[in-house]
Amino acid sequence: MKQFYIFVKKEWLHIWRDRRTLFILFWMPIVQIVLYGFALTNEVKNAKIAVLDQSSDPATTAIIQEINASRYFDVIRYLHSYEDIGRTFRQGRIRLAVVFPVAFRYDLLHSHHAQIQLIADASDPNTANTLTNYATAIIQDYQQSLNPNQALPYEIKTQVRMLYNPELNGAYNFVPGVMALVLMLVCAMMTSIAIVREKELGTMEVILVSPLKPFRIILAKTVPYLLVSMLNIASILLLSVYVLGVPITGNLGLLVGESILFTITSLSIGILISNSAKTQQVAMFTSMMSLFLPTLLFSGFLFPVENMPWPLQVISNVVPAKWYYIIIKSVMIKGLGFSYVWKETLILAGMTLLLLGISINRFKIRLA
Amino acid sequence: MRTLLFLLQKELLQISRDPAIIVILFVMPMIQLLILPLAADYEIKNINLAVVDHDHSSYSRHLIEKIKSSGYFRLTDYSPGYNQALRAVERDKADLVMEIPASFETNLVRDNQATLFIAINAINGVKAGLGGAYIQGIIQNYNGEVRELWDQYPAFDPEPVIAVTFSDWYNPHMNYYMFMVPGILVMLVTMIGSSFAANNIVREKEMGTMEQINVSPIRKTHFILGKLIPFWMLALMVLSVGLLIARLVYGIVPLGSYFTIYAFASIYLLAILGLGLLLSTYAQTQQQSMLVSFFITMIFNLLSGLYTPIESMPAWAQVITRLNPVSYFIEVMRMVVLKGSSLADVRFQILAVLGFAVFFNGWAILNYKKRSA
Amino acid sequence: MNGEPVITAQQLSKHYGHFTAVDHISFAVERGEIFGFLGANGAGKTTAMRMLCGLSIPSSGSARVAGFDVYRESERIKRSIGYMSQKFSLYEDLTVRENIRFFAGIYGLSRETIRERTAQLLEKLHLSAEGDQLVRSLPLGWKQKLAFSIAIVHDPVIVFLDEPTGGVDPITRREFWGLIYEASAQGITAFVTTHYMDEAEYCHRVSIMVDGKIEALDTPSRLMATYQSQTMDEVFLQLARKATRVAD
Repeated sequence: MKQFYIFVKKEWLHIWRDRRTLFILFWMPIVQIVLYGFALTNEVKNAKIAVLDQSSDPATTAIIQEINASRYFDVIRYLHSYEDIGRTFRQGRIRLAVVFPVAFRYDLLHSHHAQIQLIADASDPNTANTLTNYATAIIQDYQQSLNPNQALPYEIKTQVRMLYNPELNGAYNFVPGVMALVLMLVCAMMTSIAIVREKELGTMEVILVSPLKPFRIILAKTVPYLLVSMLNIASILLLSVYVLGVPITGNLGLLVGESILFTITSLSIGILISNSAKTQQVAMFTSMMSLFLPTLLFSGFLFPVENMPWPLQVISNVVPAKWYYIIIKSVMIKGLGFSYVWKETLILAGMTLLLLGISINRFKIRLA
Repeated sequence: MRTLLFLLQKELLQISRDPAIIVILFVMPMIQLLILPLAADYEIKNINLAVVDHDHSSYSRHLIEKIKSSGYFRLTDYSPGYNQALRAVERDKADLVMEIPASFETNLVRDNQATLFIAINAINGVKAGLGGAYIQGIIQNYNGEVRELWDQYPAFDPEPVIAVTFSDWYNPHMNYYMFMVPGILVMLVTMIGSSFAANNIVREKEMGTMEQINVSPIRKTHFILGKLIPFWMLALMVLSVGLLIARLVYGIVPLGSYFTIYAFASIYLLAILGLGLLLSTYAQTQQQSMLVSFFITMIFNLLSGLYTPIESMPAWAQVITRLNPVSYFIEVMRMVVLKGSSLADVRFQILAVLGFAVFFNGWAILNYKKRSA
Repeated sequence: MNGEPVITAQQLSKHYGHFTAVDHISFAVERGEIFGFLGANGAGKTTAMRMLCGLSIPSSGSARVAGFDVYRESERIKRSIGYMSQKFSLYEDLTVRENIRFFAGIYGLSRETIRERTAQLLEKLHLSAEGDQLVRSLPLGWKQKLAFSIAIVHDPVIVFLDEPTGGVDPITRREFWGLIYEASAQGITAFVTTHYMDEAEYCHRVSIMVDGKIEALDTPSRLMATYQSQTMDEVFLQLARKATRVAD
């Protein structure tokens, strides 16, 4: 046991002395949280739009003012002809064009019917949809304001209550995701690279002839990354609670316990990758392609898993991050106890044992 | 000049001998390109609905049917009480609970008013907002139907009505792939371009062959060109394969010309490879260079407009996107593919990326010393 | 050995902050000599060599290698020297032939010359059958000899060898030194650093570095006489006892 400790200490020193790596390992989760928390959102605001007003009457002016005043839109161009629209779109300046026909107000007052055309740059279908919806809402608001207040009979009212996250704070969704991502990255990728490095530089043989059992040596290599991960989790949680306003509703002990389990799962994956990768380059790209991206996708925090085609949903079950994400959401955000997450925990534990088993096996075969 | 040829010969031999590189450079990105766009869909559909119906009237049943047939919702739970329905939400079996109180129908017809209760799992704020909006939209629709049944509209004065018509340009079928695939391709080419180049050079440092080069009369610029050129060609190849897949699998045919894409890509790649080069001058081990280039590409990717629109970002983040070469390529890619923009239309972006290329490569050349101080 | 010395160093020094790796060393190496640069690990041998090769800028002092100044003409020095480090620095994923072609090419040899030299080299090293094998698959001893031969493929004035014989058996080491002797006979000067004291006896002259300074410089036989020792090992031990620096 003491020998194990000595090896762990040596590995820790390796990492500790590599300031650049440590720096990045420490700041990465923080940067991610800041970005997701403050910069990345699908909400639409200050969208740049253009207006083609062929009437220039009080009605059109009023509507344009309403649109400009709203925080969703920023009218940056007043076009003069229909052809201008295409050109401005192609230059990438605007996402929506609002076109008023001639004699807008006249038609509105005398025929009780007028048209407004919304032309959306549908390159980004989502944004296009959102923009047209918002613009329509503003136009309809204006329409309402023209009419006398009429109370409608047979009204169905709805009372809506938002659960777990009444303020619709985006952070509730991605903090668990970032946790999964960071752990997977630090543990799996860094560990696999570290182990393969010894292989590549030829120092592996030296280690293998030392008195400690080879697999224990591999484990010793992973322990420092376990510690770094714990530090990362701590910083993520602190940031979430104090900067993003996401409280820890459930049991902190359970949260930490599950995180440690997932860390070990990630470490096992790292070890497995290091088994087959011959060079650090391969280890890195394998981790990146087969771990980072699937974790990003299939954990469900960036894109909802239910939206994905069925085969992808099946694949997502194999990605450990998906289960961890569910566990964290349940414990941290919903405040549920172990009785609710035992199934997922079991799956994670099972995956870990399987991965470790395969790694140990392959290791033995190589030595034999 | 001859030395450059010898350098290129060596690089190409090394690359062709390493099967892992072929896999990493071509197979993996292609798998990503095939899977990612399928997964990257922000649209909200298949919302799981739990219904608690205390009324069991024809109206309540009608409403539930209407919701079910809207296509947005899946009825996954039908509980006798709110608490049970809530448990379905806890277990993630339902995203939304709608509770119809007893005497819903009676209240509506007799008292002119009835209330429905909706509880939404708001962990995913966007999903909750949209889900709430959808279901309320359907309810309002249903409300209109009920009204029509009971009331005669002519009782009201005709109000002025503004009809809003919609046209979607450039992607009339609202094909999300057209939007995401070019962007994902850019991301892949970027990741590979910068990481690979950086890694390769640091690898020579680690292996010791760099020292051998430093002690030889090879000129600095020749060495750098000897690394840039092969990787530049490789990256363009990856881009080509990606464009091919985009065409064959997703049916994406650019409205603009391929020439514009390649012209821009050539300059862009110089910038990205330059970045990789620059990183390699600061890293001592492959582990470091991989981590640093990964970190930087991650930030660049997130702040590029690929996943979330730039206009939605706060001012400080938008400034960063202006300093990020990736956002320019994504912009150009989308403009050329979807809107048919020409070289002239993207001249500003070309200039920007040229600037980056000069900056990164220049800095790298200054940094790279055959002789350490 | 006549004519100008191929290497001259005057008060050459290198410090990193407060640490002085090389402390005002002065010496001269004659053409065709096999000059041994001995010392314990950490004594400063490799640092000194790197300055002479143009891999590192001296902190103070002066030096000329192959007639060029190390400060201002380091790139010209590089054209006239060969170098072999502990790591051998061959490309493991290229074949023997390809390695020869690459290194000969970057030193400016013409195609025909490269072809000739390749054939000669392969024959001399008995590697003709392995010409198209990856260097990775060669045993350590072969790699070493190959690295050395490549280091001198362009007929440099001086060849710098940094601990070239690490990790191989004594027989291979002897064969390796045979190659050095051949090169010396052709007029190539060899500057060798090593911590194997028995190899000192292969050199024409040796210098022994302790704590960054040159404590002794002479032919092996004269050194052994001066220090009344039977072997260079003993000479070294006497000098090293004074050392205060521990190997890293």
